[in-house]
Amino acid sequence: MEAVFSNFDEYLKAFGVTLGLFVVSGLASLVLGTILAVFRVGPVAVMQKVAAVYVTIFRNTPLLMIFIFMAVAMPKLGYNFLWVEDLEVAGYNLSAFFVRSCIALTLYTSAFVCEAFRSGVNAVPLGQAEAARSVGLTFMQSMREVVLPQALRAVVPPLTSVQVALLKNTSVAAAFGMAEATATMRAFTNNDTDQRTGIFLAFAIGYIVLVEVVTLSSYVLERRWKVA
Amino acid sequence: MSGSVLFDAPGPRTVARHRVYTVLTIAGAVAILAFALWRLYDTGQLTYEKWEVFLTPAYIEVILVDGLLKTLQMAFFAIIFAIVFGLVFGIGKISEHGWVRWPCWLVVEFFRAVPVLLLMIFVWVLLSLGDGPLSPFWCVVIALTLYNGSVLAEVFRAGIHAVPAGQVEAAYALGMRKTQVMVNVQLPQAVKIMLPAIISQMVVALKDTSLGYVITAPGLTYVGEQIYGEFKNQVPTAIVIASIYIVVNIILTVIATKVQHRLVGEKSPLEITGVGNLDGGRNA
Repeated sequence: MEAVFSNFDEYLKAFGVTLGLFVVSGLASLVLGTILAVFRVGPVAVMQKVAAVYVTIFRNTPLLMIFIFMAVAMPKLGYNFLWVEDLEVAGYNLSAFFVRSCIALTLYTSAFVCEAFRSGVNAVPLGQAEAARSVGLTFMQSMREVVLPQALRAVVPPLTSVQVALLKNTSVAAAFGMAEATATMRAFTNNDTDQRTGIFLAFAIGYIVLVEVVTLSSYVLERRWKVA
Repeated sequence: MSGSVLFDAPGPRTVARHRVYTVLTIAGAVAILAFALWRLYDTGQLTYEKWEVFLTPAYIEVILVDGLLKTLQMAFFAIIFAIVFGLVFGIGKISEHGWVRWPCWLVVEFFRAVPVLLLMIFVWVLLSLGDGPLSPFWCVVIALTLYNGSVLAEVFRAGIHAVPAGQVEAAYALGMRKTQVMVNVQLPQAVKIMLPAIISQMVVALKDTSLGYVITAPGLTYVGEQIYGEFKNQVPTAIVIASIYIVVNIILTVIATKVQHRLVGEKSPLEITGVGNLDGGRNA
């Protein structure tokens, strides 16, 4: 563990990159996943099919293959995302690696976000919508007052699982040039072979802390949204 | 009623609007496909030389034997060991003795929260590098066993809890001992409930074997890397290898659905909360 404590700023920086990947692709996958879910639970058959095909493809492909697509195959098609390195966000230059990793993680996670939303909507009993209609609520009213609030609440636990998985999946970016936590652990163990168990535990604990933070905040959300 | 809570049965105007959406969606999908194909063509990815590898019998054999077979082997060993691991720790977690329960809980929670790749690299550094006794193949199997095993431990725990309490009470009433109740009554019924979850965990394990690429383990991804390293045909290789993974996983999923219909009837599959890889997490 000593190797970690003497390079603690590097350790923190590594988890900073992990967090950056997590937050950016987490938000992006929520957006894309929501759009897909709307397609999937909507009434238009073709839209349902298109979203289903997307989900099937991305759910059954290993994340590493999607990374290979983004990092190795896409540049051959003329998309290397090098232009983002000229952009400046709050004083930082984004790296093309970071953008590719985020795209790969987003494409993959969106499929699971979509499924999480779908299970949430399906969890609302049919009778609720019928009751809303029978007391004379319009479509928009019954949506806003009855169906969506319940769907949102039911969605929190599966969505948390998806985001926790995403957090752990950011580690795959280590294979493609991101100096995030897993890659940094590897570098540390190369330098201090005799301390490898301690180094592993230090990084494992870092991930566990992050996972617990995500899980606990979802509990808070779940309890706050709970109906009496 | 279409069976969705979100919509009423559509009237004539809505039907007309849906038709417009249908046309727009088809147009959009076709446009995306056409654009992708055009990019492939434009950058010379559709030439015969780039695809020749996948039509050469020798290379097809390499892909199937060194790639797919190794991948399936790793997934197979990992899932078998994971079932044993899950059984031990899943039952351990519901033990009545605190000194059994807490260590099991700690092990399961630890391996569930740590990324599989981190675990894999650690096992590799520990057991394979230098004069380590194990090949990368077994490092992948070990890492996947620990991760999938802890997920399965939760599945077993939930499965055993899903057996109706009356069954256990009846068994006790007949004078069975605790072990007998577990082995003769609870486990056989729990396995039936758990089978679909176990099979979908196999999809996860299969997908995760591709991470072995990072630690130079054999498998489909590794073979793919060798091929595009040699022939510089990154795009076709990625498409072919990904398609093989997708087909194999779809076959597994179909089996899971069949098994579920046969054994569990139409009931919804076992819900395991807090499992990182949804559907597997279905992920990793």
